Amino acid sequence: MDSLTSAASVVAAGLAVGLGSIGPGIGQGTASGGAVEGIARQPEAEGKIRGTLLLSLAFMESLTIYGLVVALVLLFANPFS
Amino acid sequence: MAPLPLALPFAALEVGQHLYWQLGNFKIHGQVFLSSWVVIAALLAVVVVGTRRLERDPRGVQNLLEFLWDYLRDIAREYIGEKAYRDWLPFIGTLFLFIFVSNWGGALIPWKLVHLPSGELGAPTADINTTIALALLVSLAYFYAGLSRKGFRYFEYYVEPTPIMLPFKIVEDFTKPLSLSFRLFGNILADELVVAVLAFLVPLVVPLPVMFLGLFTSAIQALIFATLAAYYIGEAVHEEHH
Repeated sequence: MDSLTSAASVVAAGLAVGLGSIGPGIGQGTASGGAVEGIARQPEAEGKIRGTLLLSLAFMESLTIYGLVVALVLLFANPFS
Repeated sequence: MAPLPLALPFAALEVGQHLYWQLGNFKIHGQVFLSSWVVIAALLAVVVVGTRRLERDPRGVQNLLEFLWDYLRDIAREYIGEKAYRDWLPFIGTLFLFIFVSNWGGALIPWKLVHLPSGELGAPTADINTTIALALLVSLAYFYAGLSRKGFRYFEYYVEPTPIMLPFKIVEDFTKPLSLSFRLFGNILADELVVAVLAFLVPLVVPLPVMFLGLFTSAIQALIFATLAAYYIGEAVHEEHH
């Protein structure tokens, strides 16, 4: 792999994870805030809210993970090398 | 490309290195097979031990198995529905248990004690081939569930509520296995990578919290995979009430 391709791959891998975590970060913050509000209003529903929250957090988490998969492909299985 | 330059004996990390077995025209990743055989053997052993002498008042392993069965039945019943969940409980349960034990086995079993000529043993779900196979099984399962329950009326689902939805529903059939497999693979691999990188930087104590976080996320990922599989099957067998 020439040095330009590897430099571009490393930069792109960093960008993929960095940019990819902005959206899910905001989304997870909103979701957790909503869950805390819900628990404060209705403490008896805590168990149900927690279950739903964990499930939806994991969905948002997976968006970042897609970025990570792209980064890993660029670093370890680069198609252009 | 070269693996990460990690040289410590207890934190070596080999991404993209595999133990290849030649099977006909195929090259297969031997380390995945070895570790998944261990996982399958462990599951079988627990189930056989737990069901050998069934008692009316469950104790020990039988108690654990009955708890698991209840838990999985609740997932299946909630997402597939009262009518069809019994047919699909074994499938959902097997998916959950295999993924769960794979994820935790990858983190808890000291695989480093076994030396392979190339590659390393680890969670079978950290290899994308395993997760894609599981996700395609889920795809086949929900097509089969829908077609066997509703016949060709199953395809009404693609034009409901309006035919405008048709392209989206068709694309959805492809994105479902894609996102299922990438989610599981990425999470487990990311977990192993983070632990390995931290263990490389500070080998003692510091990686422990991340390891616990990893155990937590792996359990959640197993739950999510099973839940989504149940949800997709439930969507396929769901009857519209007119």
